[in-house]
Amino acid sequence: MDTTKNKVLQEVWEILEQVPDPEIPVLSAIDLGIIRDVIFHDGKIEVVITPTYTGCPAMNMIEVNIKSILQENGFQNSMVTTVLSPAWTTDWMSEKGKEKLKAYGIAPPVGKTSDKHVLMGEEKLVCCPQCGSNHTELISQFGSTACKSLYKCLDCKEPFDYFKCH
Amino acid sequence: MTKQEALLKYVLRLADNVSILGHRLGEWCGHGPVLEQDIAMTNIALDCIGQARNYYQYASKIEGIDKTEDDYAYLRDPLDYYNLLIVEQPNKDFAYTIVRQYFFDVFHFLFLQKLSDSKDKQLAAIAEKAIKEVTYHCKWSGDWVLRLGDGTDTSHEKMQHAIDILWTYTGEMFLMDEVDEILLKEKIGVDLIGLRQEWLKIVSEHFKEATLTLPETTWSQKGGKQGYHSEHLGYILADMQYLPRTYPGSIW
Repeated sequence: MDTTKNKVLQEVWEILEQVPDPEIPVLSAIDLGIIRDVIFHDGKIEVVITPTYTGCPAMNMIEVNIKSILQENGFQNSMVTTVLSPAWTTDWMSEKGKEKLKAYGIAPPVGKTSDKHVLMGEEKLVCCPQCGSNHTELISQFGSTACKSLYKCLDCKEPFDYFKCH
Repeated sequence: MTKQEALLKYVLRLADNVSILGHRLGEWCGHGPVLEQDIAMTNIALDCIGQARNYYQYASKIEGIDKTEDDYAYLRDPLDYYNLLIVEQPNKDFAYTIVRQYFFDVFHFLFLQKLSDSKDKQLAAIAEKAIKEVTYHCKWSGDWVLRLGDGTDTSHEKMQHAIDILWTYTGEMFLMDEVDEILLKEKIGVDLIGLRQEWLKIVSEHFKEATLTLPETTWSQKGGKQGYHSEHLGYILADMQYLPRTYPGSIW
């Protein structure tokens, strides 16, 4: 029984790799680190997620997408539950996710939140995802979505998004 | 008042604070002084509304009846809203909006720090999540207090004017009533009186750096937490609730 269960769970985790973040489609829900658990009980799948930012409008969309992709793969009546604690952090973002972000033109979060300098609000060296220069400048803490801030590169002069360390 | 009744009112107060402040900040959408600040204010509004949704969802669990988060936001009248008076004050100009935000942000940050230790698991979880967002809010409004206070003669004058008016709305943040006392005893709520010293210390040091002066008066407006509001709230709700009240049950 346990091996069947493990097989099902593994299959679900693989399926969830295909659920994109609607705002940053190169990232999957798994890359983001928002899938906290997958539970299999009474023949049904329950996916436990945690929001990135409280008001992020992408969360509802991700929930709908998880349910529909599971249904397409033969898992009927799956459930998605949201937990708030422990609060999401960019430390949970996969290394693969960070690479994908950079290739997409968004600078990935620099450092871990356990680093005291980040907590004290000190600015990290953010590298330009276009030319790789670390000669960059913060324009605004708030960017096109809740999770990003705006930077500009002082060498190639391109503005770019930075996925905040959160 | 039972513990359950107190908890519901407590949660609605927290929800209404961020819901109304989020609406006020949302009014800046398309009107910000520069694009980046327009985006900053709507980002903060989004955080506030997200937090309000968490509290309203929890309120409906506490009541245990068939009510949704939308029922709380869209189908209550001013007397049933329990937000602090400061958050419903109009945007007026950018200085006024910044001062309102800064006073509330510093309080909000200190409050959430304590609430994240609450014996109520759901309130602690909402606080733990919200405080990460409020840290950015504090930094944003704090930076603008410095920049405008210690800026040009005009920006300084506008900031000082806003402080002199909004100051009388800050006292209400630290007033305890029966609801607060019941929940403090249960180790669910926060000791508001205990926050005041720290709030005052942070604000006065920051104002000093920004060359701004704290008013001396200790008199304070109050009543919002009990449902007695300034006339502004009626206009906010008329705007905010128009659609769901005109077309009940409509969805998209």
